[in-house]
Amino acid sequence: MFESVLVANRGEIAVRVIRTCQRLGVKAIAVHSEADAGALHVRAADEAVLLGPAPAAESYLDMGRVLEAAQVTGAQAVHPGYGFLAENAEFARRVAADGLAWVGPAPEAIEAMGDKVAARAAMEAAGVPVAPGTEPLPDADAAAAAAARIGYPVMVKAAAGGGGIGMAAVDDEPALRAAYETARTRADRFFGSPAVFLERYLPHARHVEVQVLGLADGRVLALGERDCSVQRRHQKVAEETPSPGVSPQLRAQMLASARRVAQAVDYRGAGTVECLVPTDGSGEFFFLEMNTRLQVEHPVTELVTGIDLVEEQLRVAAGDPPALDPDDLPEPRGHAIELRIYAEDPKRFLPGPGTITRWEEPSGTGIRVDAGYAAGDIVTPYYDPLMAKLCVWGPDRSSALDLAREAVAGFAVEGPKCNLPFFAELLLEPEFVSGSYDTGLVARMRR
Amino acid sequence: MADEIRAEMVANVWKVVATKGDSVDDGDTLVILESMKMEIPVLAESAGVVAEIAVNEGDVVQEGDLIARVE
Repeated sequence: MFESVLVANRGEIAVRVIRTCQRLGVKAIAVHSEADAGALHVRAADEAVLLGPAPAAESYLDMGRVLEAAQVTGAQAVHPGYGFLAENAEFARRVAADGLAWVGPAPEAIEAMGDKVAARAAMEAAGVPVAPGTEPLPDADAAAAAAARIGYPVMVKAAAGGGGIGMAAVDDEPALRAAYETARTRADRFFGSPAVFLERYLPHARHVEVQVLGLADGRVLALGERDCSVQRRHQKVAEETPSPGVSPQLRAQMLASARRVAQAVDYRGAGTVECLVPTDGSGEFFFLEMNTRLQVEHPVTELVTGIDLVEEQLRVAAGDPPALDPDDLPEPRGHAIELRIYAEDPKRFLPGPGTITRWEEPSGTGIRVDAGYAAGDIVTPYYDPLMAKLCVWGPDRSSALDLAREAVAGFAVEGPKCNLPFFAELLLEPEFVSGSYDTGLVARMRR
Repeated sequence: MADEIRAEMVANVWKVVATKGDSVDDGDTLVILESMKMEIPVLAESAGVVAEIAVNEGDVVQEGDLIARVE
């Protein structure tokens, strides 16, 4: 195992990675922007290095400064968390070129999955089902012709994209043309590439993903699925495992496909294979994309398996054997739910930063809070509005829902805007409570 | 009658779309703010003529700050 790890991130994920490092006796080194000088991840770390001004491009996204921080502190490895530089193949290469261990897959695997169009083609070749889609389209006319061929509704997507940015589902040609232009602008701005493609949109589907772990010896494990169908703006707000909409047979097929996907790119470390599962009872599923990093919602998998995914990531990166027994994987136990506590209003989901004047977390058996903030901290407008993840575990879904209601009622946040009241509502929403919901749930709740 | 359109949150001004003198309809985008990785369009609340755009690209606005006036 490493003696020290630099955590190239901020907020709750940096704090979460730091905690595992410290439990393993590994020195955790934080990096931060000027705006985050007093942030929780800086306070939690054993050492912290200032990167630069508040804008991410001058701090958390500045590869040179992050690498310099690693050199200065003598870090042996770099853990990127999610977002920022986590899926940047060039950064992974530069980390290795500096003689440091990269806690993630090889740059080739990041690249293979980073281009969504190429990834779809590779997965199809590996025998994994993909939804009907197109190559990148040069202009709105080509997009309109392609959409007519695939059939509406279609989803407009950035080829280099992620996080729902630039994505839009459209029903007809005028909407498609407008969405195409918007997606190109956003994709160019956020991902540095304006390439846009279309995919058949499934209006009644669940978003289900599989956690995979590629071991140092090349074996790939599938550690169960997560249902991420509770979304606003095509971004997840709540996740649970097991998925209430996946049968044992479908689960077995999805896990086997996810392993094939990961093996096709010789995957190492933690990764997530995202799929759409139509709710028409056909028993089908379609590959969407693979996220080549730790996922925001990884805690629900940890809660039902007892595995510490960050520890396993570090072990793979260090070339150590896993802490889990690959030949005797634990059967998932019980049910876990994650609620993303965002600094956004609970009605329209618009963000609102501010100083946290009150922060009281629920605690007790079955409750886990991964927080990036505490009372007195400032939520600034510079970064993602995720403040914390409230996770609960129960022996079954119904008791997990009960505990989640109790935990939401016991969570007090004042100062910035906060979406906690949305979760109080969600946890009583009949469609969610029944488990038979799809990705349109939040839109229906807000219609 | 002038409509004063104010910022709903702390944000950076990413793009100024409308200019003084433009005729706009209810729902037209005047300015695009950015906060916490999200683009937030600021819309005209009635049809009229843009009398003032009170922000420049790159500005930081506080909640309640004037963004534009439409007459």
